This record gives sequence, C-alpha cells and structure tokens, in this order.
Amino acid sequence: MALSKETVQYVADLSRISLEPQELEKFSLQLQTILDFIDQLKEPDTAGVEPTSHILPVSNVFRDDVPSPCLPVEKTLANAPEKEGNFFVVPKVIE
Amino acid sequence: MDVFRLTAHEIAEQSRKKEFTAGAVLSGLQARIAAIDGKVRAYVRKNGDVPFRDTLSHSGPLSGVPVTLKDNICTEGFNTECCSKILAGFKPPYDATVVTKLRAAGASILPLKANQDEFAFGSSTENSCFGPTHNPWDLDRVPGGSSGGSAAAVAADEAIVALGSDTGGSIRQPASFCGVVGLKPTYGRVSRYGLIAFASSLDQIGPFSKDVRDSALIMNTIAGHDPMDATSVDVPVPDYTAALTNDIKGLKIAIPKEYFVEGMDPEVKTILQEAIAKLQTLGASTGDVSLPHSKYAVPVYYILGTAEASSNLGRFDGVQYGLRAKTKKLVEMYTKTRGEGFGAEAKRRVLLGTFALSHGYYDAYYLRALKVRTLIKRDFDAVFNQFDCIVTPTAPTPAFKIGEKAENPLQMYLSDIYTINANLAGIPAISIPCGFTKKGLPVGLQIMAKPFAEETLFRAAHAYEHNTQWHTMKPAL
Repeated sequence: MALSKETVQYVADLSRISLEPQELEKFSLQLQTILDFIDQLKEPDTAGVEPTSHILPVSNVFRDDVPSPCLPVEKTLANAPEKEGNFFVVPKVIE
Repeated sequence: MDVFRLTAHEIAEQSRKKEFTAGAVLSGLQARIAAIDGKVRAYVRKNGDVPFRDTLSHSGPLSGVPVTLKDNICTEGFNTECCSKILAGFKPPYDATVVTKLRAAGASILPLKANQDEFAFGSSTENSCFGPTHNPWDLDRVPGGSSGGSAAAVAADEAIVALGSDTGGSIRQPASFCGVVGLKPTYGRVSRYGLIAFASSLDQIGPFSKDVRDSALIMNTIAGHDPMDATSVDVPVPDYTAALTNDIKGLKIAIPKEYFVEGMDPEVKTILQEAIAKLQTLGASTGDVSLPHSKYAVPVYYILGTAEASSNLGRFDGVQYGLRAKTKKLVEMYTKTRGEGFGAEAKRRVLLGTFALSHGYYDAYYLRALKVRTLIKRDFDAVFNQFDCIVTPTAPTPAFKIGEKAENPLQMYLSDIYTINANLAGIPAISIPCGFTKKGLPVGLQIMAKPFAEETLFRAAHAYEHNTQWHTMKPAL
C-alpha cells in the first residue's frame, strides 16, 4: 500500500515521537520500501489458520496469592529524572 | 600462560584445583581488553571507574569464570543502557535471573558491558549510541548484530564466554560473522527476567563461547524455570555436557532446499556443502526437505517484532528513569524525550509496529502475520516428525563492510533471513564455525532442533567441532 507522509506523521503522534522534517521525509520513503516488501504476506492462503501469538502451550500461569518482597521506595526512585519525597515529579497533567 | 585464551571449562577445572591465584583470570582479561579493545570496541563505557568487584570463586561448575554481558541484561547498580541515549545512566535496581544464577555457580560478572545495536534493533552493531564494534577478523567489517559486542569479545579473546540475546538471529548471526559458537535456546528455556524487552514472544538469552562444551556448561547454569518470568517453562534441565559424546551415528539431518537458493554467497554455499559432507562421514544421514513458508519469515518478523517492540518501548517516557527532555508540558515531554532519546532504527521500528497495530491496518498486517507464523511453525513440526535436526547456513554471506547497509534498512533485515524462522517457531538453534572464505572471514553452520532438544544441537555440534579445527583459529590482532 502507499504510505503517505500524513500517515507516518499520524503514527509518530500515536507513538509519542517528535520527528524533524527531514526524518519524516526519510522514514516515509524507507517505511514504504519495507511495506512493499511486507506485502508478500498477502500470498499464502491463511483461510482457517489460527493465529500464533505465543509459541508454547502455556496459559494461566498463576502463583499462590502470598505477599513477597518488593522494591523499596528509595530503589524505585533511584533513577528518577526528578523526584520529591516518595514521588516522581512530572509536568502538570491537568491545566 | 595467557589466561584470556582459555575456555570456561578449562578455567573452572583449574580454579577448582586452586591452580590460579585469586583474580589472575580477571586481571589477565582486563589487560587483554586494555591492549586490544581500542581496535575492536567490543565493550562500552570503558572509561567509567568501575572496579572488577566480583571475587574469584573456587567452587561451583563455573568457578572463577568471568562472564561478559550484553548491555541489555540488568545488573543491579551497574549501568545497563541497551546502548541507547534514552537509557543513559540507568542503573537497574535488581539483577537479571541469569546473573544471579551465574554468580551462584561461581562465575564472576565483568563490570563492563558488551556493545549492541540500540535495543537489539539491528544486524551489524552499527546502531549503537556508542558507535560500531569492529569484526576481529577484519576491522573494516561489522561483527554482525545485534549482540556484536559479545561475539567480537569472545572471538578476540577479550571475553571467556558472553551472554547475548536473540530475537531474530542476534546471537547466531554475529557468532557466524565472528567465528564463535552461539546458541539461541528454546523459547522459555532461559528466564528473561531482567532482560530489557524487545519482542516478548521471540526474545531469548543465550551464550557465546569458544567451543561447544562451554555453551553446554553455561546452559547447565542459566536454563530452567523462573517464577519471575511467566513465560519460562517448567521442564527439567538435563546435564547438557552429557550430550557431548562425539557420536552422531544414525542422526537424521534435514537439509531444507529453501536455504540453499540463488543469491546466497557461492563461497558460503561451498563451505556448507563440505560441512554437510563431513557430518555424513561422521555417521549422520541427510535428507532433502522443504520448509515452504520460509520466505515469509522476514516479513512476518518485521511486523510481529516491531509491533511487540512498539509496545515494549512505550515505557521509555522520561517519567521513571533515563533521559527526560526539559519542557513544562506533559505530552511534549514524552514526544521530545523519545524524539531525542531514540536512534533512527528504534524510531523506524516503533513507527512500523505502531502502524501495524493501528486501527484499519491490524487485520491486514498484524493478524495476518500471526497466521503466517502458524504456517511457519507447522513446516517445522512436519520436518521434525521425520528428522532429528535441520542444518543450514547461519547467514547468506560472511561479514559485510561497516557502512555497507547502513542506509538500506531492508537489505540489513535480509541478513537475518536464515535465523528468524527459529524465533518464530520457538525452537532452539546453534551456530558453529564451519570454515573461512578466501578473504579469511568466518562462516557459520546453523543447526536447529525441536523445542527443548538442545541436547541434539550439542551432540551434533560437538561431533562436528571435535573432528574439525575451525574453532581453534584465532584472528590476528
């Protein structure tokens, strides 16, 4: 399919990635080439074929509902770009 | 004695007999790295003032063995950055399960990390924010990727053994390019707890080593169920070294015609044919088979891998760790942090994955790729009904030049054409050295087996290695 620059910008917005104009230009062309290649996935007959999202027959992995140690606050906050007390600080969410 | 030339099993044996003074292996390795890593650049952040803090152990199956880790395997309190600007300065609050297990077995963890493509996105290690690693066999060439630093370190004797991660060939393809042994275990065989995620339905941690015995030895330690990783499977771990019998009489090997097509390097083809003949003289029987959906592996992978990556990389938002762009607006903080922090290939993959999952395209791309994945898996199931393993080249070419494919992402993706299938099918696969081109570049042989049949891989790989000399060749550095 044809991939417009508008679509790539839309996907960049969904991905929360700011792109420079020259990046948008370049990625649009490169992603078009990749998508053209991927289009061969239309060839094989997949009628009645179940999708495989996980390769092993593993499901419903539960553990006993008992508390176990978790990371202490100081370790959790150790890598924070900005923190105050026991909290991560972020720009104001609601204006 | 040059201790850095030793294998893990040699070091463990001598260390248990206390033939080494404490720290002799570590300091020998440290000196080797100082002497040659300026050329190879297998390690990152070397200038950090980090002491080699793990002490030499004299007990355990890996006593005294130093282990090198890829930069995406978490070590508590020590930088783990996936070679990405967005994780600059990140010090994990916990160790990966493989790290805990290695230490418990007597190994010491090197406080240096191996270079990689950013977030394991790549096949050449050129997509690292620290710059490329150079192939020890020809410094103008790439070591492969994404675990190129781990592979080059082992090839250059800057590491005894190393761990990498393999999502579409990121252990096996660099092992092939660098002339070392590289194993991708069965999906679920090794805990992924503490491996920074790329594509959760495909990622596996595995070892790089100088010989097959070391690969088996490392797997004895790192394999097994881990309650911290719900996708790790509770299947007993055998003693993998027991499979190293040098006996492959009666082993049934399948040769898939789709892996020997026009377009592959003619030298690689010849070398592989000679290797297959060698396996036959050692008593294995071979038969031609077809894996008809092999050609769809790369397109399926670049939908599923990028879709899962786009989701996994959502966590890098500048809130809890890593880079944060300076701005007073919340959404702008996300977009600028990610715009500044991700390299070009990470952006391309997140964009492609988000596109494949987005409204209106999900059925045509993501769902369709999941169905074709089923067809690929069925191909393998059918072959393993009749054969013990499958032998192929690991990569269609030897190592390419640095910069050769940097501007052509699709060409780069195609260098994983023979390795991706094993990840999609969840099966184990190993790459071992099987010859050199006229220019002196290593070529790798890939062996694949059914799920949890790592012993079959070790048996076949060891017999081949035992009767050839390729693994003893060393690059001139």
